[in-house]
Amino acid sequence: MHEFSIAVSMVDIALEYADNSSATRVNNIELEIGELSGVVIDAMTFAMEAATKGTLLENARLNIVQVQARASCRSCSNEFKIENMFDACPKCGAYNPSIISGKELRVKSLNID
Amino acid sequence: MCGTCGCGQSEESVKILKPGEEEHSHNYTHAHDHEHETEKHTHDHKHSYMHSHQSDGAEHNHHHEKEHDQHDHSHQHLHGHDHHHHDGEDGCGDNCGCNHDHEHHDHDHPSHHHGHDHQHDHSHGRQLIIEEDALSKNKLTAERNRGYFEAKKLLALNLVSSPGSGKTSLLEKTIKALKGKTDIYVIEGDQQTMNDANRIDQAGAPVVQVNTGNGCHLDADMVIRALKKLDIKNEGILMIENVGNLVCPSLFDLGESKRVVIISVTEGDDKPLKYPTMFETSHICIINKTDLLPYVDFDVKQAKEYALRVNPNLIFFELSVKTGEGMEAWQEFLIEEGKRF
Repeated sequence: MHEFSIAVSMVDIALEYADNSSATRVNNIELEIGELSGVVIDAMTFAMEAATKGTLLENARLNIVQVQARASCRSCSNEFKIENMFDACPKCGAYNPSIISGKELRVKSLNID
Repeated sequence: MCGTCGCGQSEESVKILKPGEEEHSHNYTHAHDHEHETEKHTHDHKHSYMHSHQSDGAEHNHHHEKEHDQHDHSHQHLHGHDHHHHDGEDGCGDNCGCNHDHEHHDHDHPSHHHGHDHQHDHSHGRQLIIEEDALSKNKLTAERNRGYFEAKKLLALNLVSSPGSGKTSLLEKTIKALKGKTDIYVIEGDQQTMNDANRIDQAGAPVVQVNTGNGCHLDADMVIRALKKLDIKNEGILMIENVGNLVCPSLFDLGESKRVVIISVTEGDDKPLKYPTMFETSHICIINKTDLLPYVDFDVKQAKEYALRVNPNLIFFELSVKTGEGMEAWQEFLIEEGKRF
């Protein structure tokens, strides 16, 4: 549900950087969205279309890079792929792993003219 | 779209009101609190860049005019999959050596090389590395709030839960019980109505209502705006009752000292597994309506175990606002925590 407000926030960040670099056109915008960020990619794409309307980003190509969710076990240091925050370590069974990646909600880069 | 400034904010923008101010709030176009400096909007920026390549000619010799007759630019350019630009002439000419179908690549770019690996995006431009978190703005405001609370020696609590778990009732009872022992200030968050703020007002605490309109959560900026309407002396407790929602508020730091997640026994003991983000980001978990335990299939031990799986540092309070059971432990905790400032 908050994809739109996050999209608006991403657009604001992108436009600020574009303005500071005197961009006349934005060709491409790349976002990094983690598997555990809570954001649904399709909803995000749709939200970005709406949020970029009427701005320098309106016709930019959108690249969304989805970041895999990985964790490190606090008990045995095993690193593993996770699907949920409460997954147990596949090696030793301990809960509450430390999350290494997967929560990203970032504007990664812009390609501008 | 906002009728006042044309931005993306909905017509029913965020309103911040004290009890008794509601008469002025019905006409939305007036109440459009135009403090837009801090809100997200895009009308400052250039609008004129349609995809017709109105280049200024300075850096790129794009020679577009003639090519553009066949250029159907009505498709949504902003999409995540590989897009094949047009069926039209193929090839780019010898200039760029890339391998995509693309009519308007008839350009001279002295210093550029299409040799790099791309499936046809326009990366002949400049690459700006940003790496900025979408929520960075809220995080910054939240830290400012945090600083303010510390300076004022205020214990700030962010109360989150599903709608109907008993947040407002808990506040009413807590305010009455702690009267004279510590000052309590309240910020209420709801989509609409002053109902909760009025209840708190009746209970005897200074309160401001934030109406988010279509919004589903409070953010740090709304908190600052509400704080400006509260006359806060030093020391005390600030209770921020968030919008009833176990999903969205979890992403938005308000600057609180502690986040309190409240569930009631009518909600199912697997709640923490179904909404892990909220439990993971909280410090305290209150299990309310314990008086109803004989009538529901809620296993308190199981609920706590699930919650601890997601967040092993959670502190629990089991209580019934209605009967008063367990309330004393909660109140004592508040007094003790307040002293730490």
